[in-house]
Amino acid sequence: MTDAPAPMLDVRNLEMHFSLGGSVLDRLRFGKKGPRIDKPVVRAVNGVNFTIERGEIMALVGESGCGKSTVAKTIARIYKPTGGELRIDGEDVAEHDFAQMLPVRAKMQMIFQDPYASLNPRQKVRDIVAEPLLQQTKTTAERREVPKKIEALLAKVGLNAEHAGRYPHQFSGGQRQRIGIARALSVTPGLIVADEPVSALDVSIQAQILNLMKDLRDEFGLAYLFISHDLSVVHHIADKIGVMYLGFMVENAPRDVLFLRPRHPYTRALLSAAPSIKENRDKEEIELTGEVPSALSLPSGCCFRTRCPFAWDRCAAERPALRDVGDGQTVACHLIDEPERDVA
Amino acid sequence: MMRDTVKQKLLEVRNLRTHFHTFAGTVKAVNGVSFDIAAGEVMGLVGESGGGKSVVGFSILGLIDSPGKIEGGEILLDGEDLVRAGEARLREIRGRDISMVFQDPMTSLNPLHSVGRQMDEVLRLHSDLDAKARHMACVEMLESVGISRAAERLKAYPHQFSGGMRQRVVIAIALLARPRLIIADEPTTALDVTIQSQILKLMRRQIAEKGASMILVTHDLAVVSEMADHITVLYCGNVVERGRTRELIEAPAHPYTRGLIDSIPDLSNRHERLKQIPGTVPDIRNLPRGCNFRDRCPRAEAICAEIEPDLVPQRGSLSAACHFPLSPGDTA
Repeated sequence: MTDAPAPMLDVRNLEMHFSLGGSVLDRLRFGKKGPRIDKPVVRAVNGVNFTIERGEIMALVGESGCGKSTVAKTIARIYKPTGGELRIDGEDVAEHDFAQMLPVRAKMQMIFQDPYASLNPRQKVRDIVAEPLLQQTKTTAERREVPKKIEALLAKVGLNAEHAGRYPHQFSGGQRQRIGIARALSVTPGLIVADEPVSALDVSIQAQILNLMKDLRDEFGLAYLFISHDLSVVHHIADKIGVMYLGFMVENAPRDVLFLRPRHPYTRALLSAAPSIKENRDKEEIELTGEVPSALSLPSGCCFRTRCPFAWDRCAAERPALRDVGDGQTVACHLIDEPERDVA
Repeated sequence: MMRDTVKQKLLEVRNLRTHFHTFAGTVKAVNGVSFDIAAGEVMGLVGESGGGKSVVGFSILGLIDSPGKIEGGEILLDGEDLVRAGEARLREIRGRDISMVFQDPMTSLNPLHSVGRQMDEVLRLHSDLDAKARHMACVEMLESVGISRAAERLKAYPHQFSGGMRQRVVIAIALLARPRLIIADEPTTALDVTIQSQILKLMRRQIAEKGASMILVTHDLAVVSEMADHITVLYCGNVVERGRTRELIEAPAHPYTRGLIDSIPDLSNRHERLKQIPGTVPDIRNLPRGCNFRDRCPRAEAICAEIEPDLVPQRGSLSAACHFPLSPGDTA
């Protein structure tokens, strides 16, 4: 035990594999060595490491299927991880059961992508926001405080008391996302896991929600795990960024370092592909061909080699590990050893 | 400028009004929209949800179903009014002169027919090629949108393709009959960035090669600024601003356009807080009198509540519908 407080979130070697199952007959295959039973496993997350300090915003970016949402849902313990450690405020919750998770949920809440699907259409806003709070309060005296707290929360996220008696369908997308944020804040958590919180919103509303999330961070010292596919949103909000591909973290760096000096070819390709309203933004042109391979059968060696313009035989033979390259930047790529190969 | 006047107008939309008559009231989704597109030009149609941008696209193709109705205006394709054209004539035009790329490649292909059959249909209806020539044309088109082993892939069904591949197929179908105008409704919104950049490059190349024009309907200003020659901005069913892409992005005249541009987090600059447009889009069933944007506008004054501004020429190529248009350098 050291005196320094534990980080808000500490993820070590997190692994999440889904067994596809199906009946024995469905999985029966006939090979050269006679019949066998297949066990298809989707390797959604393969050993991810990162920490988030109090008040810090960490973003995970990547394309669909890279495992970023699975990481979020695993950390929120909607899924039970198949391997690794998951410490929230110092406590390893990877193996916790439902009852053990209840007190942990007062420290960690989630905001979801789709504000139309994540609110119960039959509950009034007041009840939606109160639900996590009522789970966490035990005494009647505390419960009596709840309505007052709800009102304060709604005001915090830019809604008023009059809205408390309405149903979700009476609100626009941006307002619904505000309700989702109020619900997450109700138990005064230290960590909020936000899975694509603005990708369903129009740009003018997106700016409102991003500003609100930042203000709340400054006011309550919240830490966010912010999942997004949109690099410009991440550039705006995050302190540090992890880039994921096929369930692996390929690069992890503070924001300015990542955008100024991206090292991994995939990060560079993502930055080169991002459209911008600025003319002739000077950017490296790395065009990727092909698409993401299936997580059912990962490529040997480096997960990115099938689309990487620099890949050579070592990439197929050996899986690169995340290595520190200074300035808090870690990269999983063999190019770090052999920079002379870095010519397009 | 000179070239502009020489260029022939392919499509002219004049005062188009498309309304939806619902039980809750009349939704004036498109309420007096005018623009024109020259041959070989890409026009971006941008705005937020509810702006009416998709309805404009559907109106041009005559794809408005009840309770929707085109209440007035003209859509002139080479001088022929599509609003007054009969269904039979529209069927000839769809796919041959004007084709459409929809947002969602998962649902715009028929899952029960092979890709080859869906491609062949276009040529069967709109060309007099024989079966062999049609097959060759399909293979060639599929290869030109970057799908390898095209002859084999023609036999495959949509579910055997990934999202990006499906959108390539949809684009191939849209281009097959060599249309003069392509309406692309959020063609890359459902795709990942690396795939999006592949598809945008592909569309740009194909349009240049085939000399087609395009209406690119999207909410993404960054995409539009990389693709379009001109931009038309819609708000609540009206054109609030239009002009050449660079001029409009760099110094818009309408406060709404300024607000949209400022609210985008951009990679090339970073502010602690994004500028935001306050409030939300008003209920389109009962729009306020005067300017639709005035409740959210930092420059609104008394006159904005009284008189709806007309779209009038501003500096350069810009036109804006605003009583108090911005000068370059003005913030909103």
